[in-house]
Amino acid sequence: MAEKIDLLETEVWDGNMAASQAMRQAQIDVVAAYPITPSTPVVENYGNFLANGYIDGEFVMVESEHAAMSGCIGASAAGGRVATATSSQGFALMVETLYQASGMRLPIVLNVVNRALAAPLNVNGDHSDMYLGRDSGWIQLNAYNAQDAYDLNLIAFKVAENHKVRLPVMIHQDGFMTSHTAEGVKTLQDEEAYAFVGDFKPMNAMLDFEKPATYGVQTEEDWHFEHKARQHNDLMTKVYPVMEEVFAEFEKKTGRKFDLVTNHRLDDAEVAIVAMGTTVDTAMMVADQLREKGIKAGVMGMRVIRPFPFAKIAEVLSNVKAVCCMDRSSPGGAPGMLYNEISGALYNSAKRPVVTGYVYGLGGRDMTVEYLKGIFADGLENAKAGKPTTPLQQFIGVRGPKLNFL
Amino acid sequence: MAENRGWDEFDAGAILFTFNEKVDNIATTLAEDRPYSSSSSFTASVGDWRIEKPIFNKDYCIDCQFCWIYCPDVSIIARDKKMIGIDFDHCKGCGICVEVCPTNPKSLLMFGEHLDDDECLASWPEKDEKEV
Repeated sequence: MAEKIDLLETEVWDGNMAASQAMRQAQIDVVAAYPITPSTPVVENYGNFLANGYIDGEFVMVESEHAAMSGCIGASAAGGRVATATSSQGFALMVETLYQASGMRLPIVLNVVNRALAAPLNVNGDHSDMYLGRDSGWIQLNAYNAQDAYDLNLIAFKVAENHKVRLPVMIHQDGFMTSHTAEGVKTLQDEEAYAFVGDFKPMNAMLDFEKPATYGVQTEEDWHFEHKARQHNDLMTKVYPVMEEVFAEFEKKTGRKFDLVTNHRLDDAEVAIVAMGTTVDTAMMVADQLREKGIKAGVMGMRVIRPFPFAKIAEVLSNVKAVCCMDRSSPGGAPGMLYNEISGALYNSAKRPVVTGYVYGLGGRDMTVEYLKGIFADGLENAKAGKPTTPLQQFIGVRGPKLNFL
Repeated sequence: MAENRGWDEFDAGAILFTFNEKVDNIATTLAEDRPYSSSSSFTASVGDWRIEKPIFNKDYCIDCQFCWIYCPDVSIIARDKKMIGIDFDHCKGCGICVEVCPTNPKSLLMFGEHLDDDECLASWPEKDEKEV
């Protein structure tokens, strides 16, 4: 039997420790992992807990991230609670198996500590790896700070493993900014946390000897489309109701409220910033400062990236006049993902706000309060003019002549 | 084979179940007595890419069971430790059974898929004296 840890009501943890403590409390059956910066401490802490008797499950050391996710897939199909962590290049190596996990509807929890993708090689935080996973059929939850990383891990198991859902979940946190910054994190005691997550309930377990199941079948043009359609349908229709139920239960237990999108002072806002990760927290602070000066600023945080909360976004931004979308990933010859997808959600809305895009923070470049004030100022001009007064895609914080496209 | 169902008419995850019902002591139940489902390959013919087939000549067989244990597709039919024949719905014609057969002449030999079985048996080689 695993030993318990008596936690303080508020612990000083970084995002990595927050994630590994939640993983410990969930009492996972199998973790197969290959550590990589900046997610290394998630796995390292977890291994430490295991070595010291705080975990009953198995820890499998593997030779690559491809093998790590493959091990998770095998263990999950066999019928256990499974999780791992990775970043950047490791995530990229995992991509082939990510599609296997979601296609086989395996409720694996993956902590992705976001980091830039090479070349050039970079260990710092941006959202390139997160963007790479966005068509993989996983649920993607987004933490803005260490508290979120803890809370969303507990929530993720409960959502993923629900028999109506049975889809894998990623929890994203910003490399270093969240993963290595110590913050006060409010905790649940081990028994409370486990009671919230609940016992793992197997479904179609491969190792059910009375009813063995075959995983990983081949389907060609006569079946493949139906399976993909089924998976998409379940992502679009089954996830939100369960997630909202779990959010509500979590709020009842902890007082901490999660929503599909974070609505920070949007109801009467004229200008909104849409962001992900640590930038959400900073932008909310800047919006509060601007509000004191009478500027109607608001922030929409993307709590759930996949399934993309299309209708919810249109709803919370329905009265806003200008929206500034913040993409922290090199768009690779296109507008940013958020610019495109937010535009898509708003194009058929009654008031159709002006939407502009910003690329920022690549390879760990800081997003400052001053930059955010400038972006709100741009948005305010757009709101007044009722049309874009700036290029549709701007690069914030890059040296050299101004880069403007579109 | 299962009929072509719509996207909402099957188990999520492209999962296939081997049996139609819950099973018990499957290891001691003969294959033909197991409740295999239509998605199990047991009921499907999957030997159609075979271009050479193994022919079994019982006159030379010593029931050593080498072919049975080495066959990668469980296509050697044996009962009570006696070799009976080959399951041609599942045999892919790999020739491993012939390779491991220890008798002289062999009790299993590969022939073209199109050849008549009786003609194959009629052309069986004599004992190879040099090999003794």
